[in-house]
Amino acid sequence: MTGELTADLDRQWPKGPRIQVQVKVPTDRFSITVLFGPSGSGKTTVLRCLAGLDRPERGSIRFEDEIWFDAARNICLSPQRRRIGYLSQDYALFPHLTVAQNIAFGLGGLDAAQRQQRIEKMLQLLHLAGLEQRWPRQLSGGEQQRVALARAVARQPRLLLLDEPLSALDAPTRERLRGDLRRLLAGLGIPAVLVTHDRVEALALGDSAVLLDRGRVCQSGPVHELFAHPANLAAARITGVDTVEPAKVLAVVDGLATLAVGSARLVALAPDATAGEGYISIRAEDVILEKGPGAPSSARNCVTGHIRTLTREGPLVRIGLDCGFDLTALITNQACLALELREGDQVTALVKAAAIQLIPRD
Amino acid sequence: MDWTALGVSLELACCTTLILCVIGLPLAYWLASTRWRGRFLIEAVVALPLILPPTVLGFYILVAIGPYSPLGQGYERLVGQPLPFSFPGLLVASVLFSLPFAVRPFLAGFAGVDRRLVEASWCLGVSRWMTFFRVIVPLSWTAIVTGVVLSFAHTMGEFGVVLMVGGNKPGVTRTISISIYDDVQSLNYEAAGQTALLLLGCSFAALAIVSALQRRVWLL
Repeated sequence: MTGELTADLDRQWPKGPRIQVQVKVPTDRFSITVLFGPSGSGKTTVLRCLAGLDRPERGSIRFEDEIWFDAARNICLSPQRRRIGYLSQDYALFPHLTVAQNIAFGLGGLDAAQRQQRIEKMLQLLHLAGLEQRWPRQLSGGEQQRVALARAVARQPRLLLLDEPLSALDAPTRERLRGDLRRLLAGLGIPAVLVTHDRVEALALGDSAVLLDRGRVCQSGPVHELFAHPANLAAARITGVDTVEPAKVLAVVDGLATLAVGSARLVALAPDATAGEGYISIRAEDVILEKGPGAPSSARNCVTGHIRTLTREGPLVRIGLDCGFDLTALITNQACLALELREGDQVTALVKAAAIQLIPRD
Repeated sequence: MDWTALGVSLELACCTTLILCVIGLPLAYWLASTRWRGRFLIEAVVALPLILPPTVLGFYILVAIGPYSPLGQGYERLVGQPLPFSFPGLLVASVLFSLPFAVRPFLAGFAGVDRRLVEASWCLGVSRWMTFFRVIVPLSWTAIVTGVVLSFAHTMGEFGVVLMVGGNKPGVTRTISISIYDDVQSLNYEAAGQTALLLLGCSFAALAIVSALQRRVWLL
């Protein structure tokens, strides 16, 4: 099959977990496939197997028409021959080489003029101009990440493998670079597989996602589908039980963004937002329900809708609402009884602006 | 002072160090990177000369390269003269005896190189062999210099093994430490003192260099 990477891996760690994962990644166009899961779910093992740094006991990896790995036929291409770009968590810049030398490291096949040209192109593309003679220890976290990306991309790999690319950064930098990273990768146009355990990162960066739990795939599909509609209990547990919906930023006034979500209008606290597309996420426990319009409240979002589903979960009830978009609320059993809530009832949902998390994309 | 003996010692130390680099570097790299369970056996064999009495090691080497062993016979057929009590025989013994002084620092240096840097290099299409020279060697050069200095200094002062395997042929196998022994035997304390002082200076300088390297005195 062309235009696709297909991997069917079975890796048994000695005295450890067994990883059995099937993944498909499109390779004929730019897209980011996220391997998402809690720590210990085997996502880094899958990435290392794809890179050729780890060898599964059974299974196969096929990149377009090329066989990278086939346990039955004892084929295992070395990382050198897979022509991939691999970005490890801490970037692994060579400390004894300057920025320019780091970028040039994998360009042994080019002559000096071509190599220089490629280095300059990378410096420009990743906004590193002026840093070429610096040592890695003199760079900030964000700069190190871009140098590592430049080094990986300079060879024009066919596939980029990114292992938690933002985890080595401090929180404010991570926030700032999340959007930049997707723009950079899209600009490079190389299909990528990205490992993360952060749902905001997955939503902000991914096109499709593979959900891993204890070494198994529990769901895969478009990234927002996966978070909005977990297919099973395991998937719901990992992704969290929030509302995740596509949103469009219409305006930002005084730090509050007005969003179009489905047919509803919501207000979210988002001082840094600019007009554009994104996702919103609302934790189910942050949604308050009222029967019929009540007294004015401080909550900036007040949407009416119908109850679609009622699911008891111990002392709590999970309520699925149709408010022009799918909203999930989590209330106590007692509250549900007091309000006499039934499927089909009309209710008003209150959500504070600060409880809506806006995840911008592009 | 016995300048001929000093010449033999210097030649022996240079040749030994060179050979130890050629076999010690790959051996240490293999030990640092292998996942083979039996590697501890090889490590123990490499470390043996550290605690084995030189006479014991010398005895086994003498038997192994002697005229009754396949190795000794093969060498004699090839070269026309026996290995024991010759410079090449002495060199074989010296390499084995100084092996831990080269391999152990090399191994410690290689093991200290972050594995992720090595993997990053592989993923950039650089072969294992070139990764060794472009990543591992530059990042562990202090350990490599330590190994070279230690094996040189250790060979310079070798006595027991030299006596067992090389004997005491002036200009061929008579090294500087044997010349001290001879001087003392013939009550020539002045010559012995001069030579001993030279060896003391050499050893001190070697250890000072090694310590300074490990404390990175010359680095920022």
